[in-house]
Amino acid sequence: MNDLSASSRITYGAVPVQPAVVRRIRGLSDKALAWLFITPTMVLLLAINIFPLVWTIYLSFTNYRANRANAPVKWLGIDWYQTILTDPDIWAAMQVTAHFVFWTVVIETVLGFGLAFLIDKKFRGHGVWTTIILLPMMLSPAVVGNFWTFLYQPQIGLFNYVVAFLTGRPASSFQMLGDVTLSPWAIVIVDAWMWTPYVMLICLAGLRSIPDYIYEAAEVDRASKWRQFWSITLPMALPFIMLAVLFRGIENFKMFDMVNLLTGGGPGSTTEVASITLKRAAFESWRTGYSSAFAIILFVTVFGLANIYVKALNRVKSR
Amino acid sequence: MSLDAHTRMPGRSFADRILRRGPLEAIATTIIAAGVVMLMQPFFLTLYSWSFATTLFGTVMFIIVSKVRE
Repeated sequence: MNDLSASSRITYGAVPVQPAVVRRIRGLSDKALAWLFITPTMVLLLAINIFPLVWTIYLSFTNYRANRANAPVKWLGIDWYQTILTDPDIWAAMQVTAHFVFWTVVIETVLGFGLAFLIDKKFRGHGVWTTIILLPMMLSPAVVGNFWTFLYQPQIGLFNYVVAFLTGRPASSFQMLGDVTLSPWAIVIVDAWMWTPYVMLICLAGLRSIPDYIYEAAEVDRASKWRQFWSITLPMALPFIMLAVLFRGIENFKMFDMVNLLTGGGPGSTTEVASITLKRAAFESWRTGYSSAFAIILFVTVFGLANIYVKALNRVKSR
Repeated sequence: MSLDAHTRMPGRSFADRILRRGPLEAIATTIIAAGVVMLMQPFFLTLYSWSFATTLFGTVMFIIVSKVRE
């Protein structure tokens, strides 16, 4: 039997003697206790987040290759950064990313705000419709990628069938995922389908935060519905819309899983977004130092955007 | 006894007005946004080449100025 259980059973008269561990903890100051509780988390964060980041920064200045771990590592300075930032192929990948980010954010924001505006009207059965609209957001990107691959099949896919039904074109006359022109739009459609409900939720929170008395005052002043929308609804929901735009922008800048499942960056490199290029450099060409530099460039971009995001979030919180 | 109606309040200098967190954060945010646009624009390779430096500068500036007094 250990000391703790032995000492906890000792009593002198009516007063029980506290175990030694309890006495030691009670002797600690609040600050020491706080450190005691947060140290495991800090250690875990350092091991999982900070150390890999610092290690990646170090590797980005070397010619290290993960498939030749025993080869001598040479210090290259900022050579990889110069190579990446003057490479037209990487620039092209950035433009593919920009196309994807821009159009997904525009479509999701317009549709998301429109849906939120409708759902906010509280018509009959709006709860059921909200749940149905939110369903795509709850699915895993892997599942979405797989079943949209089937939907886009030229022979048996439902998407081609619907387009054929609406336009009169034969269903097998176009391939959403195999066509150079259509494939960038194919991934935009899937992302918009999946994440519009998320934007809708944020916009809905913004619309519900507008006090009713403002609309009542506008009604008294005989402001039209159109005027109320432009002068009250949109300006007051704008911080929330900005939040959704920033969040979706950051998420889509990092997009990998869905694009990888749908097109794998093809045909050619028409849907090769930055993270696909990074994966190819890191795990197909095994240029670890080069891909580390590329990862740091993407990280700094996302980190910069995240700072703006936090600032926007604080502005929303102060409402 | 008379009061001077034109007594001037102690005014804040230009540096006092500019060297506050709000305006400096706005400048840093603009630099970050410019860096991101430079990274993704399809027109000039030179702008793309300088995008990382711009974003990094803006981000470091944002981190520093977020410690400046309100």
